[in-house]
Amino acid sequence: MQTSRYIIKRVLLAAVSLFAIVTITYFLMNLMPGDPFMSEKASEENRAILIAKYGLDQPVYVQYGRYLKNLFHGDMGTSYVLQKGRAVKDIITESFMVSMGLGIRALLVAIVFGIILGCVAGLSKDKLPDGIIRVVSSLGISMPGYVVASTLMIVLAVNLGVLPVSYNKPGGSIMPIITLAMYPTCYLTRLTRASILEVMNQDYLRTERAKGMSEFVVVFVHALKNSLIPVITYLGPLTASILTGGFVAESVFNVPGLGRYFVSSISSRDYTMIMGVTVFYSALIVIMNLVCDILYKIVDPRIKLD
Amino acid sequence: MKVNVLSMQNKISPDDFAPLGEGYFREESLDTEEIGYWKASWQRLKANKIAMTALVLIVILMFFAFIGPMISPYTYDQQVRGDEALWPCLKHPFGTDRLGRDLLVRCMIGTRISLIVGLVSAVIVMIVGSIYGAISGLIGGKVDIVMMRVVDIIYSVPEILLIVVIKMVISDPLQTLIDTVPMFHGLQKIGSGLIAIFIVYGCLYWVGMARIVRGQILQLKNLEYVTAAEALGCSRGRMIKEHLLPNCIGQLIATVMLQIPSAIFTEAFLSYLGIGVSAPMASLGSLTSEALNGITSYPYRVIFPAALISLIILSFNLFGDGLRDALDPKMKK
Repeated sequence: MQTSRYIIKRVLLAAVSLFAIVTITYFLMNLMPGDPFMSEKASEENRAILIAKYGLDQPVYVQYGRYLKNLFHGDMGTSYVLQKGRAVKDIITESFMVSMGLGIRALLVAIVFGIILGCVAGLSKDKLPDGIIRVVSSLGISMPGYVVASTLMIVLAVNLGVLPVSYNKPGGSIMPIITLAMYPTCYLTRLTRASILEVMNQDYLRTERAKGMSEFVVVFVHALKNSLIPVITYLGPLTASILTGGFVAESVFNVPGLGRYFVSSISSRDYTMIMGVTVFYSALIVIMNLVCDILYKIVDPRIKLD
Repeated sequence: MKVNVLSMQNKISPDDFAPLGEGYFREESLDTEEIGYWKASWQRLKANKIAMTALVLIVILMFFAFIGPMISPYTYDQQVRGDEALWPCLKHPFGTDRLGRDLLVRCMIGTRISLIVGLVSAVIVMIVGSIYGAISGLIGGKVDIVMMRVVDIIYSVPEILLIVVIKMVISDPLQTLIDTVPMFHGLQKIGSGLIAIFIVYGCLYWVGMARIVRGQILQLKNLEYVTAAEALGCSRGRMIKEHLLPNCIGQLIATVMLQIPSAIFTEAFLSYLGIGVSAPMASLGSLTSEALNGITSYPYRVIFPAALISLIILSFNLFGDGLRDALDPKMKK
């Protein structure tokens, strides 16, 4: 009962957040100087016709009301500039599939390597492997995505020539995946290590050892299970940020994903695309966080609601 | 008085009621000197070799960024004729770009921008976040609920997207404001791009801070000494200033220190996209993106700014970790 109330509350809150984000972005967007047709080589009259055609001459709140109404019917409008006349929904679906393909692979890499490295470091505390892993992971969380991307490019593509620079060639997705996975892997490593160290000191593990349980079972069954709880909380934001944060990787390696519309939609004032991307990304983040919080609660009943 | 041998009475003599000698308590007192909170933290920090190395690195970077350009014979926007596109050499240790600008001095300026962004935004986040969190935690009730929902909403915003939009909206009015109002002429040097970034941080980045402060305040609020202060008629403002803030200042500073790298990250990212600082000003992000075009023939142009920004973030991360352990030993794992 309590859990279901909690879930309902969280879902409502998520809906309110989404609505607020959409509203704020809509009005902010209209405050930007310029309009979608400013770069058009058309005459003043033609521009006026275009503006009237898309209803951009009406007051902002009228446009906003209309947009919201269409949005609730699942209609995100058509792109004004970037892919003129094409439905925003189609553009997003198509390019997000590419981003998601990369994102999911990067996510798997991050989870697998992050947890394994974190365990190795935590279990060999203050020994050589721990030292190496700590240094590498500290370096890894200090490198901005574009630094990782350019380093990979210089070393693997330019100097060694083992991987293609372009995304379309075979093996071209390896470098974008490493770029995407670098930060989360290192972050997860540190998180898992800290969490394992904390769990290893707890009384119940000493009791198990005292009762003669094998070290393997103690560590890998009982300690690991509990030390992964904080990792789960990070998975929600992580998934969202990998799926949405592909901008750098996508722009450096020319991947035709959603990331490239990130900034180009704003700089070309393609209003419907800006809104589409914002709505899509925010919904993704909100839903990921929601799922994660609920999952967290189910996995660890000790956590008090709210 | 005759004393019964079997009596259970205490044997009391008049001496027992005599005042104690002068030196009686002195023997009991420990002879270690008393250490205050800041001194103890500093000692813990000094013992942490990694954090101290990071601190030294930060100081060196500050010299590099703020003193370096004064010593250098070139300025960041000076185009040296005949020295275009040089590899690193004695005259230009980091080489030059295709316009003949010395990359060492441009990297210094870029480092300066990163450091300024990191430090200023840390101050902004600290002020906005702690005031918001303190008010929310202290007043409680409906106000608290509403204020925390606002925080939740900002938390779930795709921040880069909103940062770009906000920056585009406020850049132009900001530029006219700086140009027309005499009071703001001094800001011309910093540039509207950078100020816009600060404003955006002030709008978005304080939420984590506000949450932590609120949590701390709620925890402290239930302690007896706060009730006592309240009973003695302590005003709200005085309560925050003298009783609550000093008790969570350690955690505040630690959180803020860890905020610095993320602010630097964002600025570099924005400049990399070409919407951070405006040319000819150099930022480590814009230097990297400029250099990517010629990555095959001039890899050194990417390496220096990329290594510098990683070094800055690494030092702040390590120092922040050490500072957190030193200021808040309870949190240490």
